[in-house]
Amino acid sequence: MLKVLRDLLVYNREFAIGFVLTVGIFLFALAHFWAPMPDSAIYLLPPDMPPSAQYWFGTTSRGQDVLWQMSSAIWNTMLFGLTVTVISRLLAVIVGMVSGYLGGRWDQFLMTINDTMIALPNIPILLLVYFVMRDSMSWPVLAATAALLGWNYDARLIRSVTLSLRNREFTRHAVFAGMSVPQILVRQHLPYVMPVIFFTAMNNLIWAIGIEVTLSVLGFSDVNRPTIGGMIYWANQHQAIIAGIWWWIAFPIIAVVLLFLGLFLLAISVNEYIDPRSRLSRMGA
Amino acid sequence: MTTLLELDHINKDYRIRGFLDRSTLHAVKDVSFSLEVEKPEIFTIVGESGSGKTTTARMILGNETPTSGHLRFMGEDVAAIRSRAERLKFMARVQPIFQNPFEAFNPLTTLDYFLFATAKRFLGLKDQANIEAATDRALNHVGLSLAEVRGRYSHELSGGQLQRIAVARALIPEPKLIVADEPVSMVDASLRMSIVNLFRDLRDTLGVSIIYITHDLSTAYYISDRVIIMHRGDVVEAGDAKTVLGHPQHAYSRALREAVLPPDPVAARRIIAQRMASAKAAEARQPG
Amino acid sequence: MLAVVETKPASVEAKPVLRVEGLKAYYQMNYFGVRREVRAVDDISLTIKRNEIYGIAGESSSGKSSLIKTIAGAITPPLRVVEGSVKFDFGGKELDVYAERPAMKAARWKHLSYVMQGSMNVLNPVRKVKHAFHDFAFKHMGLSEQDFRARVESHLQRIGLDPRVLEAYPHQLSGGMRQRLTIGLATVCEPEFIIADEPTTALDVLVQQDVLALIKEVQQRLGSSIIFVTHDMTVHAAIADRIGIVYAGRLVEEGPTIDVFERPQHPYTAHLIASLPRIGDTKKRIALPGKPPNLADPPSGCRFHPRCPLAIDKCTRENPPLVPRQTGRVACWRAGEVEAA
Repeated sequence: MLKVLRDLLVYNREFAIGFVLTVGIFLFALAHFWAPMPDSAIYLLPPDMPPSAQYWFGTTSRGQDVLWQMSSAIWNTMLFGLTVTVISRLLAVIVGMVSGYLGGRWDQFLMTINDTMIALPNIPILLLVYFVMRDSMSWPVLAATAALLGWNYDARLIRSVTLSLRNREFTRHAVFAGMSVPQILVRQHLPYVMPVIFFTAMNNLIWAIGIEVTLSVLGFSDVNRPTIGGMIYWANQHQAIIAGIWWWIAFPIIAVVLLFLGLFLLAISVNEYIDPRSRLSRMGA
Repeated sequence: MTTLLELDHINKDYRIRGFLDRSTLHAVKDVSFSLEVEKPEIFTIVGESGSGKTTTARMILGNETPTSGHLRFMGEDVAAIRSRAERLKFMARVQPIFQNPFEAFNPLTTLDYFLFATAKRFLGLKDQANIEAATDRALNHVGLSLAEVRGRYSHELSGGQLQRIAVARALIPEPKLIVADEPVSMVDASLRMSIVNLFRDLRDTLGVSIIYITHDLSTAYYISDRVIIMHRGDVVEAGDAKTVLGHPQHAYSRALREAVLPPDPVAARRIIAQRMASAKAAEARQPG
Repeated sequence: MLAVVETKPASVEAKPVLRVEGLKAYYQMNYFGVRREVRAVDDISLTIKRNEIYGIAGESSSGKSSLIKTIAGAITPPLRVVEGSVKFDFGGKELDVYAERPAMKAARWKHLSYVMQGSMNVLNPVRKVKHAFHDFAFKHMGLSEQDFRARVESHLQRIGLDPRVLEAYPHQLSGGMRQRLTIGLATVCEPEFIIADEPTTALDVLVQQDVLALIKEVQQRLGSSIIFVTHDMTVHAAIADRIGIVYAGRLVEEGPTIDVFERPQHPYTAHLIASLPRIGDTKKRIALPGKPPNLADPPSGCRFHPRCPLAIDKCTRENPPLVPRQTGRVACWRAGEVEAA
């Protein structure tokens, strides 16, 4: 694992840049555990201070330090995004592979559900869930709902990969070697599906963060829990742009752009590394 | 005599659904033959693409069900196999060899995984030492050993070696019948004979019957005991391999026999010269 | 260093159409720090005369397809020419494939054409056959549309195809007809040199001889030279005037087909020919031991030595040069003893 990391860092520029960006932002987010003040406290500091030696990224109109707010916000936003991604990837892989490999009735049944879900509009559904849940709404519930909406296209993609693998000779051979369906799927097909999972994970993460930002900006989330979207929501509430408090909006947006960029570079370079064709070339085939 | 495999008037039709019409393709028409347990043999099905030879192989392996007729293995109808336990029992006795040895093994997993999985499932072995011993025994039959194969990937070995490993894997459950569909067409010439010779050895030493499916008459003549020649789903000629392939009677088998180029430049050149002359004659008969 | 001695033809005849000298073409790859160099073409020299069919025989990954790709100047990275030259002689004008790219481009299809294995690679499945002729040949012929059409039709007739196939889509034709068409396509400009890469391998057995007869007929009529690549020794026996045997990226033997079949000089060739099964003979054929060499890490000395029944100590250390012997050339330290073995 360490050797893989070293190879990637040394031989792939995209990976190196992506790695530095992502790790940097992660460390920055991690730092909020050692923040000098609680992230929910307001009017603790003088409001509307521009960036200075004392307050690097300035302070908000609510008397919070933008630096420490951002640190917590990135952490919470990433946590949300990753939760959505992990749950939705699991769903996509299971549905896609089972549907593609078993075919027949299973395929029809699963793909009917899948296509129905594709037709559903995301934001209205999420808003509906928010209004129904209202008081008991928390970020894990929101993440679970988003995950349920975010796997359909990728399940179709994975299904098509599995469908082509099913017709390869080694799959027939595996059947005659007495391998069970889970064995064939996990041991024989998963390595070919991995790149799809990785790449769609990236898209999904960006989509999930986008959903979180959208909902928070609109105020449809727990606004007291700092997130990137939540920061923009409060900045809007205090008309930060008109008041000239640009640092309240600019720094969170820069942070989120850097995070996207880092993750994107990581995804494309890791994808190249685990792609079966590149893997086989490295193995000497 | 116990019958090992019996094909009793087997037919296989495929519905072809076109844009506006439907038609039926008769892939296999009224094929019958049987193999005996006491007399292991190499039974060859010769045919070109579209002759129905591969469909026949798939039916014998239970991957396709005949449209009509009965296909019995050790007296049991193969089409009646439903449960996974029965299917596994059947697979332990009838094993396939595939055409492309590079495709038969997943390039991203080690070869031994296929071997160990077979030993675990069909021999019911739990202990790793026993599994390895069984695998090694099977590999010894094909002139290899586990030490040469362990941890290797398919690209590290030649087509001939891979095909031998595929045969060894098929031998692990100690099958009665091996169905080999074009097993040497993707193997290099210098290694081809090692596979073909191996089939002979398996028949003679282990008493395994082999259904050898090929379009190549030369290797068919070299190893077969009996042969059937298929053309568009029909069996056009059947019988003793040396007789049928040496002196074919049916017009199609004769054409196949004549299409084989001899490995001898003088004779081969004569054949091509004749073809050129007859093409010229045909051209002269119908001027443009 | 390997000294390659050229065989001079006894009589002074027309200049050879192709001269390959000391050609080395390697695949050079670098994947995340894993460097690999595959010596697919390793120091090959050969000449092809006018009006001859030169067969190249070799097994999968012996480098034979890399060799013809390099000869055609159709290589893309990671395959690179490391050393040596490929020179054609078209109508008395010398053309260095790797020095004169634009001239080479102009010569394609007019002087140098290809017949490939899968006819579908050449024929676009969604366009009529006539478009293929137009795309490939029209600009080289310098004819008006009507004259071009007339030429193509008469050409098709000569190779035994009804000119109406021009209005057909490829999938409406049989495999044999498609392969005839690709031969027609390759020869319509009457090129001096044709590269044929396994043109009969994917065909049904029954049409193979007809396609070979057609290739030979067209070649004799046009007086072109053909480099004919296949792993099938019986096809070489039927059609090649001379054959070159490639093993692990090197030319190990070359000579007139009949001599090579009757008196192979290299143990590998001898084995290839002896292992061919023939109807009417069930004598046990021995398979070569060992496996084909890995071109990324080839054996030292003679690359065939690990599988060779005649290998001696010298074979493991020194690479035998390709030297003239009897009617051909052979690269083996024990060439004289092959026949006896």
